[in-house]
Amino acid sequence: MKAEDPLLQIIGLTLERQRSFLLQIPRLFIQQGEILSLIGPNGCGKTTLLMALAGLLRPRSGQIIFKGEPIHRLPNPLTYRRRIAMVFQESLLLNTTVWDNVSVGLKFRGVRKSLLREKVMENLERFHITHLSRRLARTLSGGEAQRTSLARAFAVEPEILLLDEPFSSLDLPSTEALMEDLETALRETRTTTVFATHNRTEALRLSDRMVVMNSGKIRQIGTPGHVMNHPADPFVASFVGVENISPGRVLACKHNRLIISVAGQEIEALGDLPAGTEVTVCLRPEKIFLSAARPLQGSIGFNALKMPIRRMVFVGSYARVYLDGLFPRVAILDHREMPTLPLETGQMVWASFAAASVQLIASENMGA
Amino acid sequence: MDLILEGLQKAFWLLVTLDSEVLGITWLSLKVSGTATLISLVIGVSCGVWIGFSDFPGRRFLVSMINTGMGLPPVVVGLLVTIFLWRNGPLGFLGILYSPAAMIIAQAIIATPIVMGISLAAIQQLPKKLELQLLALGATKAQMAWMLVKEARLPLLAAVMAGFGGVISEVGASMMVGGNIMGYSRVLTTATVMETSKGNFDMAIALSTILLLLAYLVTLILTSIQQRERPR
Repeated sequence: MKAEDPLLQIIGLTLERQRSFLLQIPRLFIQQGEILSLIGPNGCGKTTLLMALAGLLRPRSGQIIFKGEPIHRLPNPLTYRRRIAMVFQESLLLNTTVWDNVSVGLKFRGVRKSLLREKVMENLERFHITHLSRRLARTLSGGEAQRTSLARAFAVEPEILLLDEPFSSLDLPSTEALMEDLETALRETRTTTVFATHNRTEALRLSDRMVVMNSGKIRQIGTPGHVMNHPADPFVASFVGVENISPGRVLACKHNRLIISVAGQEIEALGDLPAGTEVTVCLRPEKIFLSAARPLQGSIGFNALKMPIRRMVFVGSYARVYLDGLFPRVAILDHREMPTLPLETGQMVWASFAAASVQLIASENMGA
Repeated sequence: MDLILEGLQKAFWLLVTLDSEVLGITWLSLKVSGTATLISLVIGVSCGVWIGFSDFPGRRFLVSMINTGMGLPPVVVGLLVTIFLWRNGPLGFLGILYSPAAMIIAQAIIATPIVMGISLAAIQQLPKKLELQLLALGATKAQMAWMLVKEARLPLLAAVMAGFGGVISEVGASMMVGGNIMGYSRVLTTATVMETSKGNFDMAIALSTILLLLAYLVTLILTSIQQRERPR
């Protein structure tokens, strides 16, 4: 293996059950030290892919190559399994103490006692559960149990760490606290990690690259910033939080400025597409500014549309405002903007947004 | 009423004076049923665990057979073992019919499906993902199986209880293959049957009391272990 070779390569991987494909992944490379998140709705194949990466599911075809060697052709699969560790959604602890749980992987490997002690201590501290070491696992809270499960995985110092929605059964404060500790642990140990989640906030926060999946296929791979700002198709766009998605058509293009027809209105956007191109117009609700009066005219690349408010939902420090039009349909209003607006159903407001905020997906990408 | 009172009195006397015949019978009962339970544990737990986490064609049928076997009538087992061990039967050359060895074989056959069925159920009630979690932490198949057995230790204790309880109280098979030979293959149950048929109720009551006590003691020990580990 050369230094620049990826640690893990997935080539032409397919997995099926009862003749329907669970997974079809032509190519996916994971670099040494990288934190890759798999993101997608429930049932999109994230867990299946993790299980395949863990060597726990045999693919129907294709290869998973770890450091240049296909893992399913190794004479002894145990050699590969001993270089990885996986943490499941449920903490799956053994009915014994926290200490025994954290040490179990090391015991499987026959690690000598003094070293075992040292590693268990180190990881109990890493996840702030040293004081729980003698507690029985079944008496732990959800957060404590998941900390134990993570400490157990880190204790074996895996070359690849596979995390399957480790936070999804926790409450928000536990998730917040644990995510911070996990982030620190990952950066400190520089462990190559594949992290499955359906929560884009977790993925944004932890990962170097994101893989958006749906129905067993990869829809987009890229840095979180790239995926968020340039979703490859309408599915990815909606999954990464673009709530205003509508088909449109390029009417004119001049000096990188486009006039788009969307839902019977004309808006401005940036880009270079020939007139007549069918596009999907995407606009994040937080990019929309609502005001009672017409915003100041004259600025180039600025859109202002007048429409009535259909409904409002207050969510803590912000409000979601549903507009009674075809595009845009949802705006997010921050608490500073609220007092300036007549927030009543049926009230006319101006929804304004910069041309640069409009994301366009040209039709040839759609459904790819 | 006198019959019962007198019987109880004499039985009490036989017990407190540690009558040698009673002691001998008790000891043999423990030896035979204990060994049979041990054999059934080795076979029952290992097969139960194996079937519990493997998948193969005919598995359902096998499980239904094991469950049926949990209610195997002892006299049927006694008949089968007798036929096999009969002088000109397939295993007649062993010459062990009417011996404690034959009783152990018969009792092990009775207890094995009980232990296997309960072990199987115990393993199946563990979360399916636990196996994968253990493998993903680098366990060999054997290490994984051992951890699963440890996880299922409470229900497995129930298997021991049920197995031992089943064979120590069984009479049909022991009578048929052991022959109830005094001082050689006479156990608590077969002796009780014989003494009762002879009208020696004092002896029969003494033997039954011991049988009850034994069953109670074993269950008490196992229950206390089980309850100590009860999830709070």
